[in-house]
Amino acid sequence: MKKQGSDSNPAPVNPALPEPLKDLKIKYTKIFINNEWHDSVSGKKFEVFNPATEEKICEIEEGDKADVDKAVKAARKAFELGSPWRTMDASERGRLLNKLADLVERDRLILATMETIDGGKLFSTAYLMDLGACIKTLRYCAGWADKNHGRTMPMDGNFFTFTRHEPVGVCGQIIPWNFPLVMFVWKIAPALCCGNTVVVKPAEQTPLSALYMGSLIKEAGFPPGVVNIVPGFGPTAGAAISHHMDIDKVAFTGSTEVGKLIKEAAGKSNLKRVTLELGGKSPIVIFADADLDAAVEFAHIGLFYHQGQCCIAASRIFVEEPIYDEFVRRSIDRAKKYTLGNPLLPGVQQGPQIDKEQFQKILELIESGKKEGAKLECGGGPWGNKGYFIQPTVFSNVTDDMRIAKEEIFGPVQQIMKFKTTDEVIRRANNTTYGLAAAVFTKDVDKALTFTAALQAGTVWVNCYSALSAQCPFGGFKMSGNGREMGEYGLHEYTEVKTVTIKIPQKNS
Amino acid sequence: MDASHRGKLLNHLADLIERDRAYLAALETLDNGKPYSVAYLVDLDMVVKCLRYFAGWSDKFHGKTIPLDGDFFCYTRHEPVGVCGQIIPWNFPLLMQAWKLGPALATGNVVVMKVAEQTPLSALYVANLVKEAGFPPGVVNIIPGYGPTAGAAISSHMEVDKVAFTGSTEVGHLIQKAAAESNLKRVTLELGGKSPNIIMSDADMDWAVEQAHFALFFNQGQCCCAGSRTYVQEDIYHEFVERSVERAKSRVVGNPFDFKTEQGPQVDEEQFKKILGYISAGKREGAKLLCGGNPAADRGYFIQPTVFGDVQDNMTIAREEIFGPVMQILKFKTIEEVIERANDSKYGLAAAVFTKDLDKANYVSQALRAGTVWINCYDVFGAQAPFGGYKASGSGRELGQYGLDAYLEVKNVTIKVPQKNS
Repeated sequence: MKKQGSDSNPAPVNPALPEPLKDLKIKYTKIFINNEWHDSVSGKKFEVFNPATEEKICEIEEGDKADVDKAVKAARKAFELGSPWRTMDASERGRLLNKLADLVERDRLILATMETIDGGKLFSTAYLMDLGACIKTLRYCAGWADKNHGRTMPMDGNFFTFTRHEPVGVCGQIIPWNFPLVMFVWKIAPALCCGNTVVVKPAEQTPLSALYMGSLIKEAGFPPGVVNIVPGFGPTAGAAISHHMDIDKVAFTGSTEVGKLIKEAAGKSNLKRVTLELGGKSPIVIFADADLDAAVEFAHIGLFYHQGQCCIAASRIFVEEPIYDEFVRRSIDRAKKYTLGNPLLPGVQQGPQIDKEQFQKILELIESGKKEGAKLECGGGPWGNKGYFIQPTVFSNVTDDMRIAKEEIFGPVQQIMKFKTTDEVIRRANNTTYGLAAAVFTKDVDKALTFTAALQAGTVWVNCYSALSAQCPFGGFKMSGNGREMGEYGLHEYTEVKTVTIKIPQKNS
Repeated sequence: MDASHRGKLLNHLADLIERDRAYLAALETLDNGKPYSVAYLVDLDMVVKCLRYFAGWSDKFHGKTIPLDGDFFCYTRHEPVGVCGQIIPWNFPLLMQAWKLGPALATGNVVVMKVAEQTPLSALYVANLVKEAGFPPGVVNIIPGYGPTAGAAISSHMEVDKVAFTGSTEVGHLIQKAAAESNLKRVTLELGGKSPNIIMSDADMDWAVEQAHFALFFNQGQCCCAGSRTYVQEDIYHEFVERSVERAKSRVVGNPFDFKTEQGPQVDEEQFKKILGYISAGKREGAKLLCGGNPAADRGYFIQPTVFGDVQDNMTIAREEIFGPVMQILKFKTIEEVIERANDSKYGLAAAVFTKDLDKANYVSQALRAGTVWINCYDVFGAQAPFGGYKASGSGRELGQYGLDAYLEVKNVTIKVPQKNS
């Protein structure tokens, strides 16, 4: 990755990359409730695997409904009026979040190594990008803790009226396997900053870094019960959360398919508040006047980052006719030069997919692309004889009705399509039930601003892709989700507004 | 530089101040005379919290995108004002420095700070920490010197975009004049006060006596927001006065490095003489001297905790800011009367009311023309809450989100687009 900034605009440089830890011991394998480690009520455990080697890493206590119940009780108690957490200065919540960031910085190498082994992520990416984002997000949300202002308002009549911005309460948070640590932080940071208590269910594929964070949360000094972590499976632990009658809000990041189940469960149970970050089939529109090198590079990284396992993957690339052939040629070149292998090793550019289920799904979609008439330009199959590796794959001459143009693949498979006019490409880009992200590459100011208005997506990038930061709200239009995370907007979802109206003898402006 | 990085630097500065907390507290006590225990526990605590608070704002002061009429994309940039001159006083040297640096640096400005000639030491030590924290050269510049020379040079400088001053109302006038006569630099002022503290008859007596004592005597009486007109409702007046005198008599004056000491010396000879002059005026004009009234030692600028009873609104000690350990207690009958008397001042920095009654509390707090109104408490500060004066007590607010406004210049950007859609 390029170093940002120039001499006249110094940006903080990424830290030097150390070597991954040689012999990582997994210390935390149990359920975290009230700052203590618990066995599962059922006694069951489940296995966690390294997707690069298919070998078992360890066993983790498997949480189910009974464990979720315990966690919710603890979270509810920690949220009681008069509790240490409820009576704590808001600025002190911020101080605790900053302290947690300090500890993550201290244990950066442990967490990055863990994230690589558990999630198949490139170590350099985990250390520099994932851990960097975690630390910055914690510090960003720490800064908001004592700045969530209510208002006083000039109501009609002899009243003094103000709003309190209260925490929502006990928040269930279900997080995915593609960015385990980052997603954990994106969930707990705004929740804790606003004074909530949480019950987190990490993905069954990648529970390790979340459980390690439990130990840091305790070390940082968060009171017991404020953060509880219950590893387990979706249909059991996850469903227990979304159906729970004593959880005030559920936040979920994952597939649209499961997102629908969560929202339904919330409706069936206690109408808990729901925020969802779901799938996408995000379009990039590339005009002939674009900087072609930059467009190829951003489109490439936009798709292939983390083996294509990103909700914002740039999985439909619309290229204006005059530059189509050249764009395809350069994209193939870029995708061909990949070194696949163990993501812990330096020089490896692509790791494995997360598990067998994903591996098979991606291969199936690749076959559909071949069958439905897309042109396979490179890749197109598995790699190696161990681990869930798939060759970087590029399809050209893709048409909108093909499965690979409509369904989220979540793998290293790039689709390149051709377009003629602005109106046509806007219509085609928006012709999806998804709406998570989009981008346009052009030098023309009118075109750029037309697209920023026209594209139905929660984030629109102009002449770049994947640019995200804690200050910016992120979320989906349509079936890519409900609500926004990060930025000031992210606080709204973790705040319950109470209006207080006091009768006074006489109001004066 | 990323805005978030500015916040990181401010947090780092706070870390370094925490590291050197004991040294800075000792320096502050040596230079200013405030009790070491207070410097360490209160001043330094608030300094660190203030810097951390503004560190958090550095990447959160949002501009807006605005639905303007017509085919336009309109947004605002919140830019730093530029070069900010900051002139700070001697009563809370480190804290006033933090109150000034925090919002200015969080919003991306650069500063030229003139520290008070009586108390430059702690600010200069912090300058070294600013360098250690990693702020680029030129972002923070600190100049010790005198008002009529260095201070005036700042307020009349043609290249300084904004001046922020905390000090006397008298000098505040000069600053604002100089700003107008030079380049119309933006001006914010935190000036003097003669803040009324209203004690209703239903107040919790013990608590009110202690708070009223604290409101006046804290920091040797050297607070802009000192509760220097204590209005006590008739029914409880005598008991309140008696208890206040008892409390004042028990106030321990001495070496500020001694942990038992509650009150140290006044900051210099000029203040010392001025305060004794006000005490004489009080006696001369017929106020009843109930305790104190004299220097408290043979060496050093120590003054006995002094209480005047039966003070009338037209007396000098009831109208002018004394800035010393001299408490004025006045009697009142009704709410309407005391509101009028409390507001009858050119100042308007702070005020307080002590009462258990909900309606009275709301009514009085609404009526008082003061930047901060405390109810059943006094001198409660937090980095989160805006502070500043009505009328001649100043203009603008410091601290809280409001504190950022003075350090931002709003730029409206309006771009023509082919077709606007909502």
